[in-house]
Amino acid sequence: MSIPNNLKYAKSHEWVRQEGDLFVVGITDHAQSELGDLVFINLPNLEDDVIAGDALADVESVKAVSDIISPVSGVVVEVNEELLDAPEKINESPYEAWIAKIGQVSEEPELLTAEEYEAFLQEEK
Amino acid sequence: MCKKTPLYDYHVALHGKMVPFAGYWLPVQYDSGIIAEHQAVRTACGLFDVSHMGEVLIQGKDALNNLQHLLVNDMSGMAIGRARYSPMCNERGGVVDDLLVCRTGEEDYLLIVNASNKDKDVAWIKEHLFGEATMQDVSEEYAQFALQGPNSMEILMELTAKENIPDKNYTFNQHVDIGGFDCLLSRTGYTGELGYEIYCRPQDAIALGEKLLAAGKNHGLIPCGLGARDTLRLEAGMPLYGHEMNDEITPLEAGLGFFVKMDKTDFIGKDALQKKGEPKRIRVGLEVVGRGIVREESPLFIDNKQVGITTSGTMSPYSQKAIAMALVDVANTKIGTKMEADVRGRRIPVQVVELPFYKRNK
Repeated sequence: MSIPNNLKYAKSHEWVRQEGDLFVVGITDHAQSELGDLVFINLPNLEDDVIAGDALADVESVKAVSDIISPVSGVVVEVNEELLDAPEKINESPYEAWIAKIGQVSEEPELLTAEEYEAFLQEEK
Repeated sequence: MCKKTPLYDYHVALHGKMVPFAGYWLPVQYDSGIIAEHQAVRTACGLFDVSHMGEVLIQGKDALNNLQHLLVNDMSGMAIGRARYSPMCNERGGVVDDLLVCRTGEEDYLLIVNASNKDKDVAWIKEHLFGEATMQDVSEEYAQFALQGPNSMEILMELTAKENIPDKNYTFNQHVDIGGFDCLLSRTGYTGELGYEIYCRPQDAIALGEKLLAAGKNHGLIPCGLGARDTLRLEAGMPLYGHEMNDEITPLEAGLGFFVKMDKTDFIGKDALQKKGEPKRIRVGLEVVGRGIVREESPLFIDNKQVGITTSGTMSPYSQKAIAMALVDVANTKIGTKMEADVRGRRIPVQVVELPFYKRNK
């Protein structure tokens, strides 16, 4: 299971990469593997206000629907529209297939380092 | 508590993603994933563990009379080596279970029942058994594989003589030697493809599974889990107990009228079905026109009036379209009828299409 060192992680299995003032959000390798083949994604709208801990988007695998939780509070400034036609990209390369970029971040709860996330996954087993 | 099928260790060795299902630990998928497993069955072959299915043996001089009373389909005139599908109804015309009857001997019938209903079935049959007939739950005596897909026959021919392989749908052979193991081999399945089901002794299951996978290696065979089993049956328009039918849904509503023989003298549920007459709601196929996936239990609306509810739904790996089955008021079941499904507060346009969604080229 890949857990890149340069990212931060939420316990709800999202990764976060900081690009200047923007927070880029996607789901982890562990999350995509647990969800299975993704076949559909609902993205947020631009300028949506999002709150840390609330749903940012939802993805559907063949079997089920799952919410993607926003790791920070802020405003959606960009969404990865490429995923609308190709949600399987999340399965193929979860750390490249970002879902949304969030700006004007007002709240940034404590996120895990790669090491801490790995330990958290072990605990969860 | 969740039980293990005789193939549990085989699944773990193959990296099956184990989930609890109908009281058993079963793989929802293996490394290939549901979509690849689904496509393997449509284009090559897949191997499923279906050992969770229950087996109930009914024997005796009155065995057939009991089946005729218990089941809505007509079991008379069925030769040894034949299998027949039937719903089993309660007095209200609802479905207790749907099952497969295999006539294994002069006075012997093996019923293949849904795992989730097995205890209910056994109690139900026991309560209604009459005359010279016995019933026995023999589920623990069998492990069961489903070998499904266009290459399934070639794979079997690697492990058994051609004449051992049943050549008609809904027929089976007993005591077939498959790779050195004693099996019952039926030409049946739940995928809409050419396929077989193989019943063997639990202690032989892992070795037989490994032999089948090895024999199928050059025929595109991969192990498949419950996820693909569900998407395959859905595409093939096959109903699943607990979804398209239950204790309150009649076989006529479930679109299984073909299997209800009202001219048969007497069977449980006949009076209720007669009294109810033509069903007011019936199972239809739906294709999602808008963006999204419609799952089970989504209410369906036309002009804000509810006209039905979905019973199963998924993304069809074969057509790449979202599909669903639903129970809909008869007035709105014409092919092409447009309606909206409520999915977590969002309205998604759908339309009625013909069942099955997928039909194989013969």
